Amino acid sequence: MWKRDEAVKPANQPSPAAPVATTAPASATAALQPDTRRIERDLVNIGKSVVIKGELSGSEDLTIEGHVEGKIELKDNVLTIGPNGRIKAQVFAKAVIVLGEVHGNIAASEKVDIRDGGSVDGDVVSPKVAIAEGAHFRGSVDMQKKPGQPGQAQPVKTEPSKSAVASPPVAAQAAQPAAH
Amino acid sequence: MAFSDLFSRLRKADADSDTGAAAAPVSPTKALARFTVGLAGRVAPVLLDLGPVIGGNVSFFGERLGCKILVEDLAKDIDRHVAERRAAELPRFLETRIARETDSVDGILCWDLFDFLDKASAAALARHLVRVLKPNGLLLAFFNTYEPKAGEPQPPALYTKYVVVDSGHLQHRTYAASRGRQKPFQNRDIQKMFEPLRITDQFLLKSHMREVLFRKPSAADTSAAPAS
Repeated sequence: MWKRDEAVKPANQPSPAAPVATTAPASATAALQPDTRRIERDLVNIGKSVVIKGELSGSEDLTIEGHVEGKIELKDNVLTIGPNGRIKAQVFAKAVIVLGEVHGNIAASEKVDIRDGGSVDGDVVSPKVAIAEGAHFRGSVDMQKKPGQPGQAQPVKTEPSKSAVASPPVAAQAAQPAAH
Repeated sequence: MAFSDLFSRLRKADADSDTGAAAAPVSPTKALARFTVGLAGRVAPVLLDLGPVIGGNVSFFGERLGCKILVEDLAKDIDRHVAERRAAELPRFLETRIARETDSVDGILCWDLFDFLDKASAAALARHLVRVLKPNGLLLAFFNTYEPKAGEPQPPALYTKYVVVDSGHLQHRTYAASRGRQKPFQNRDIQKMFEPLRITDQFLLKSHMREVLFRKPSAADTSAAPAS
């Protein structure tokens, strides 16, 4: 029977309580394979017990499980607010995934994804926004158009949208104009 | 795993973010299409949605119509007031609930929220919505027209999430409410409540739901109207 070799467990699995670290210690890094090193460089965690007040910026993907107050700027990278993450900040990133709590406005150049259990109180500006059913959201959503595209409406099509759940039964009830 | 389970999981994945509602019925709607057409000609219209946040609806109105969407789930406020036995304070609360400037919103989706409000609360909210709606702005609301007769069982206390499938169909997903629908509004009460908005379309569905589309008259409309 196949048995997983614990010794080759991927090193890039984020540990929720991992300390803030942008670079691994030299001795540990030397022992890792080149691919693993690369992955570890690209993933940074802010652990549950960490509290940051001020401005947080960088050029790596970041997962926050702790508390951050102030401003977060990861313009070319993905920011993930983990289930334990509590953010009270203005957020600027390429993409933002919310599983925890955010109080503040979010601006993303690609996508904002508020997952089941995630909570956002603030305004969201992004060309693509996904909000799961179990998510909490209060604020506004502005799916700004890219430069060159006017904020003009697209023609309204009658076929089902992608987001619609496919094939539920259509209730057999026709609409009739009511007498005024 | 049964095939039905497998397909329902696949549908869930396709739905991008909405979950757990594959079996909810889809019903036709006439007024939504008129509402979307009315908004489609505007540049970056501001849309106020008084229902719970639904990812599919945000995508529909945001991506297809280029709307800026404001989500204000008033059902939660009703529930909170009822649970805290402060329902009598709802009219005062609703009068100022939505912090928007006068004439700042292009479209308002009330769905069937008014069915869950008593007359005083409904009137207070309607006044507030009329104020924030821009001239020529549109307001869509659904009203239940059926009242159970004496001795008939009361329907369960359920809100409905209206998920836009397309501009002609809505999926109805129910969830628990703290109190049931209140006494249905008569047509004249609806007209009076939303004055000076004008009803541009209304449709009575076989489900006893009246879909009403209102438009706020512009200054030109008002000046052109004959003095009464």
